[in-house]
Amino acid sequence: MDILKKSVLELRELLDKGEISSREIVQAYIDRIEKTEPKLNSFVTLTFEEALKDADRADEMIRNKTHTTLTGIPIALKDNISTYHVKTTCSSKMLENYRPPFDATVVKLIKQAGMPILGKTNMDEFAMGSSTETSYFGPTKNPWNLEYVPGGSSGGSAASVAAKQAPLALGTDTGGSIRQPAAFTGIVGIKPTYGLVSRYGVVPFASSLDQVGPFARTVAESAALLSLIAQYDKYDSTSLNNPRPDYLRSLEKDVKGLRVGVPKEFFIDGLDAEVEQAVRKAVKALEDQGAEIVDIELPHSDKALATYYIVATAECSSNLARFDGVRFGHRSENTKDSVTMFKHTRAEGFGPEVKRRIMLGTYALSAGYYDAYYLKALKVRRLIKEDFDKAFTKVDVIITPTTPSTAFKFGEKVQDPIAMYLSDVFTTTANLAGIPALSMPAGLSSNNLPIGVQIIAPSLAEEVMLSTAYSIEKALGSIGLPELEV
Amino acid sequence: MSSITKETVCYVADLARLYLTDEEIEQMTESLNKILEFEEQLNSVNTDNVEPMAHAVPLNNVMREDVVEESMPIREAMLNAPDEVEGFFRVPRIIEKD
Repeated sequence: MDILKKSVLELRELLDKGEISSREIVQAYIDRIEKTEPKLNSFVTLTFEEALKDADRADEMIRNKTHTTLTGIPIALKDNISTYHVKTTCSSKMLENYRPPFDATVVKLIKQAGMPILGKTNMDEFAMGSSTETSYFGPTKNPWNLEYVPGGSSGGSAASVAAKQAPLALGTDTGGSIRQPAAFTGIVGIKPTYGLVSRYGVVPFASSLDQVGPFARTVAESAALLSLIAQYDKYDSTSLNNPRPDYLRSLEKDVKGLRVGVPKEFFIDGLDAEVEQAVRKAVKALEDQGAEIVDIELPHSDKALATYYIVATAECSSNLARFDGVRFGHRSENTKDSVTMFKHTRAEGFGPEVKRRIMLGTYALSAGYYDAYYLKALKVRRLIKEDFDKAFTKVDVIITPTTPSTAFKFGEKVQDPIAMYLSDVFTTTANLAGIPALSMPAGLSSNNLPIGVQIIAPSLAEEVMLSTAYSIEKALGSIGLPELEV
Repeated sequence: MSSITKETVCYVADLARLYLTDEEIEQMTESLNKILEFEEQLNSVNTDNVEPMAHAVPLNNVMREDVVEESMPIREAMLNAPDEVEGFFRVPRIIEKD
């Protein structure tokens, strides 16, 4: 039996029948990571010993019948999600040796469910980047082609799932950091409604935009993980306290009569022809199953990226003020006086992209520029949200490409911040509006790289987003996983 | 909106408590100007009578009873301290001696 090829739901059945143990599953993934990691660099920290102990505990839970859907299934976590006494670096020199004194709420939920944690995955430094090239620990490679980026910032989590180093992973998405790498590596990634998943213990980048979400190979597996992590949390003051459905049960819903919006603003000049074709095919698949296709307008979406880079950097400049060398993280040797220590600690601890964003955000919030940049961006943000409110009176879901093109090569965009930012051009709208969005594979390009399609739904309408994705997945079939030679 | 000078970059770096080398100041001025040029497009949007939106979901204060709960032990809170003395974070002297 090839454990690595089994879906999470197939593994569940085998575990429940006693035909396999969690320890065997975890060992199979450890072997795979050991073989593939020298090529990929998906992880910053590996936690195999603890994972095997967790597996034994999970096997005990299964024997005692106190298990749930994901008990005994291993997972990888992005390295900005706090894990008790296990290094949480945000792929930054600033936090190279930081060991959190507490678990993030999502980590607590994962541990309670008996999911062994394989390790902490690589990312762009402090989640600022779209390729993992800003990581202090070197980039992660795309398992489809090692010359290409896996996307970012959650590139390590995405690559680990695509390369069968983990069946599931968690990432965070502030402007596309789950969906863009999911698209580039040919897997499913979900950014939930803002407030659906707790942010407690997740190192913040832009607090009004950040959300934690799942990576999986298929829609059903991503739904299972979403169900586990989507819990109200009193430790996150923005956590929504509304009932959460079991997302696995919502998949089979018929798309007959479903109104599917296709916004013309997302089919722009810079859109790769093969990407457009794949998205049109996904739309056609829904139409063939009885969905009604509606042309819609989201007139301010072309301003989303410019809006995003003001809002996100303003919030990041404030959030990253905590890194001052006093309580945790790097401290400069240059401690002549406090201010000198702060300035040199931050100069030594942060990489160039993080410094650039702190500078842009500080500038946008500074006296004299606040109205022109920050306040202006918040007004356009409202217009972007109102575009969606209007569109969702006419349609149930919206379909777009996830990214304008497939994965790019290392070094291609790293010198030009605007070119790099443009790979988030279709994903930032959902963060600004606080609504859920999912990326799923919709085909392969002629040079054998995955193409992602994005499904956007109204606030808290994850169920219709997932059932739409499930219908597309059934119709298009799987693109498979990369043949990674080791 | 206007272009950003080296002097402004130095001023903002000071606000952000970020030491920049001369080379970094050059590069930062250039790349921030490129980004601000890109941001010019926001000027073309009519936002008269539009309320700014800092958050996508309505936020309310979350209240709880004022009861003592378990808190983080001091040794855990000090776990990552770069410089610790008897449960305190030690920092460079802030107030000069007479």
